[in-house]
Amino acid sequence: MEHIVIIGNGISGVTAARHIRKNSDKKITIVSAESKYFFSRTALMYVYMGHMKFEHTQPYENWFWDKNSIDLKEGFVTHLNTDEKILTFKDSSTLAYDKLIIATGSKPNKFGWPGQDLKGVMGMYHKQDLENLEKHAPNKEVCKRAVIVGGGLIGIELAEMLRSRKIPVTFLVREASFWNGVLPTQESEMITKHIKEHHIDLRLSTNLKEIKADENGTVKSIIIEETGEEIFCNVVGLTAGVVPNIDFLKDSNIATKRGILVNRFLETNIPHVYAIGDCAEQHEAIGQRRNIEAVWYTGRMMGEALAQTICGKKREYNPGHWFNSAKFLDIEYQTYGWVFSERDKLEHEKYFQWQHPKENICITISYDKNTHQFLGINTFGIRMRHEIFDKWLTENKPIAHVLEFLSDANFDPEFYKLYEVEILSKFNQENNTNIQLKKKSWKRIFSL
Amino acid sequence: MKFIQQTGLVIFLIGLALFIGAIFTGSFSLTPQELDTFISEKGYKSEIIKDELSKAIVDKEDLNIFAFSDKVITAIETSNNYYDALIAKYNAEKNWTKKGQQYQYKISGKLHSTSFTLAKKAGKGFAADNTALAWFLTFGLGIIGALLYIVPDVVLLGKPGIKNDGIFLNAATNRGWIGWFAFIFLVTFYILLYFYPDFIVNWVYLVDPISKFTSGNPASQWFLYGFLYCTVMTVMAVRMYIKYRHSKYQILRTTSVLFFQIVFAFLIPEILVRFDKPWYDFKNAFPLDYDFFFKWNLDELLASGTFGLFILVWGVVLTVVVVPVMVYFFGKRWYCSWVCGCGGLAETLGDPYRQLSSKTLLSWRVERIVIHSVLIFVLVMTGFALYTFYSGAGEVIGIKTQTIQDIYGFLIGAIFAGVIGTGFYPIFGNRVWCRFGCPLAAYLGFIQRFKSRFRITTNGGQCISCGNCSTYCEQGIDVRAYAQKGENIVRSSCVGCGICSAVCPRGVLKLENGPEEGRINPTEILLGNDIDLMELVNKK
Repeated sequence: MEHIVIIGNGISGVTAARHIRKNSDKKITIVSAESKYFFSRTALMYVYMGHMKFEHTQPYENWFWDKNSIDLKEGFVTHLNTDEKILTFKDSSTLAYDKLIIATGSKPNKFGWPGQDLKGVMGMYHKQDLENLEKHAPNKEVCKRAVIVGGGLIGIELAEMLRSRKIPVTFLVREASFWNGVLPTQESEMITKHIKEHHIDLRLSTNLKEIKADENGTVKSIIIEETGEEIFCNVVGLTAGVVPNIDFLKDSNIATKRGILVNRFLETNIPHVYAIGDCAEQHEAIGQRRNIEAVWYTGRMMGEALAQTICGKKREYNPGHWFNSAKFLDIEYQTYGWVFSERDKLEHEKYFQWQHPKENICITISYDKNTHQFLGINTFGIRMRHEIFDKWLTENKPIAHVLEFLSDANFDPEFYKLYEVEILSKFNQENNTNIQLKKKSWKRIFSL
Repeated sequence: MKFIQQTGLVIFLIGLALFIGAIFTGSFSLTPQELDTFISEKGYKSEIIKDELSKAIVDKEDLNIFAFSDKVITAIETSNNYYDALIAKYNAEKNWTKKGQQYQYKISGKLHSTSFTLAKKAGKGFAADNTALAWFLTFGLGIIGALLYIVPDVVLLGKPGIKNDGIFLNAATNRGWIGWFAFIFLVTFYILLYFYPDFIVNWVYLVDPISKFTSGNPASQWFLYGFLYCTVMTVMAVRMYIKYRHSKYQILRTTSVLFFQIVFAFLIPEILVRFDKPWYDFKNAFPLDYDFFFKWNLDELLASGTFGLFILVWGVVLTVVVVPVMVYFFGKRWYCSWVCGCGGLAETLGDPYRQLSSKTLLSWRVERIVIHSVLIFVLVMTGFALYTFYSGAGEVIGIKTQTIQDIYGFLIGAIFAGVIGTGFYPIFGNRVWCRFGCPLAAYLGFIQRFKSRFRITTNGGQCISCGNCSTYCEQGIDVRAYAQKGENIVRSSCVGCGICSAVCPRGVLKLENGPEEGRINPTEILLGNDIDLMELVNKK
């Protein structure tokens, strides 16, 4: 029986394992040094915040793996012999494979800051980071202040986590407005304002110079690059993005750049060795996507696609329309299709934007200013139906169509106030059009 | 703000302590006239009960309720033992006539209920005589304290949004010592209410004036329970309004359950009694209302003229037509989390405990076996009751209808619905009864699962498997198991509280009523991936 070994039990590896099991009776082993059982990394924050216990982050009960004949091996792979097809672990034990799937995910970026390896300096990515944070920042008495470096999604989540225990947070962000490399200004400014309302000491256009230690080698303070200001703190969170977690491949013959180089079939340069998820790097970008996509959904999709290949139905990794979501403190964010920030936006891409006068609700629709084709939408504080937008993107609908049928796309809970009328009237006013809103139709919604 | 909150907590605890302390106050003694009236009202024929009770409880000083109860029960038992001895004696003598005559002298009925009726006439003391002040010091302080504790959350919780910080770090909401205390308190309360009503007669005094105002009668322990129920729900509804103030669905739903509890379950029945009509809760559908088809109830309804007949017809129509039709259009949520009293308490008092329900596959298996057993039990029992009603025979295939009814009333009506159903909130979550026991929920569940427009839609591929939905599902549904597969949630046990949708950080879940077609949509490959692959594997 063919033995499939998967290194990494995150969403990519586990999805691959599940789909291989559905389609075959191959022997499957998942290897992990982080935790025996699969858990949802995105939910770690809720454990610290007391919304959940760690066990709640595990999508499958512990009997699931045995019942589905998926072996779990705890161990850290130190060496990979692709000629003999053998993995060697830290404890010198070995494991032979027929096909190997590398799904080792990411690790936090570190840019060589002085003091970046001190006690009390941490990322927020692994289960061990959570345990580390619990140790260094159990409450506001032990951790009198925390400094977070890097204004991305993990940074704002870490800030929210610490604030849930009333720990004062200073948040250093390189950009002039939060996440404005990704979000249009309207949205970036709204989130920036919201962060400040949550009593987070947000420092924009600010970089870290160094982290200083006390006599025990623990974090004492940080120095700001621009001003030289020293901020005393007990915890420093490094959340300036992530990089593929592939150090263990250094002396292997697997080709890597920042990540493990793969083709569209997710194959590496070595036969029978594949890479999926955050650690995989496409030779050439797919559409407008990045070569490395460190997103939950893309990891899952790669797992789905590769499982077919492994089970004899060779398939390219061929992701559909881009989508993503996040939550910034109290504000939910969803995106479908491509909406780029002003910085990255192309010449033909035009925004239509609407913002609620008081609430934290806004949308940006990106469309082609020549053909009026709908390109993508960002929504904040409004939930939208994935199916509908996926369909409109596939059918290359014009923006007028999107607005006309916007009620079909709304996914807010029942009885919520809807804003389609306001949104449409603003568009009509700005563009001198007369688009009329169609009533929500179940028939249209479900004729997919 | 924090100070107000702490003051509120102290006031609440003082109110609670006085409330519990009130049980031990007062003295109980009857006048000879009162005893005579009681015996003739009850129609006791025993020749020695009067003497026994006179010795025990007439013109006494310093009898607290426990001593009083003990003496009443001893008196009744003495009387019954006396006649049992006679029965045994005549039995030995084979004097059947004499033996048969003795049975009429025996006193039947629940001892603590009899003791309650006597105690209700016999009490003096703080609760009985200074009712208004005593009410204020118990109910009043409890309400004021609780509100002072709850209302500052408007400010303290910060901006509107999901407020679950620290729930699993708190001894009250994570089965810590506070949770266990709440558990012991609630279980004790229900045991006293159902089985030792005489012990809480002082509490009943507290609500006498309110009962007299609504129905014109002095309060029973059930009036106390009804009043307490409404009070607790109202106070905890304020908490719901604050916690979920960003969610209109939650606000409307809370208002709805509160309205149906206060108006339909509490006020209307009391007012009916005032106009000499039968006590009836118009929203309480059979088989949750398990004694609707009992002989005594049918007899009472049929004796109440047109109005009784109307109730009878409505009760049948409610279960046979209204309930299933509404479930078809809106799911069982229209009843379980918008109308029902049990649901109402679970969604207000029980909300802090929703995360404690078990999500294991094992508990789902147990749930299905137990809840459907209760449904079968209630249906068989009702069959017996109707047979008895029509034929007049007290037995079916050698089993007494009354025995079956008593067993159900004790095991399901009292122990399961009350002691376990509510008492276990702080340990097993707030829907123990609704999930494992309620026969109406089982019936609604069938319709919801097989013939309904209701579902929780999963939003394409947006799920990140975080588990908030499953954690906060009071019915113990593993919502995530469906959502992470891109599959809609269609489950018989879902009561449509809407919290899974509220706590989802990615906007993945929406409760909605739509066409039946495509409601259940098993998928393997989620939306967002290669369209060909999706079609190939999902075999649409």
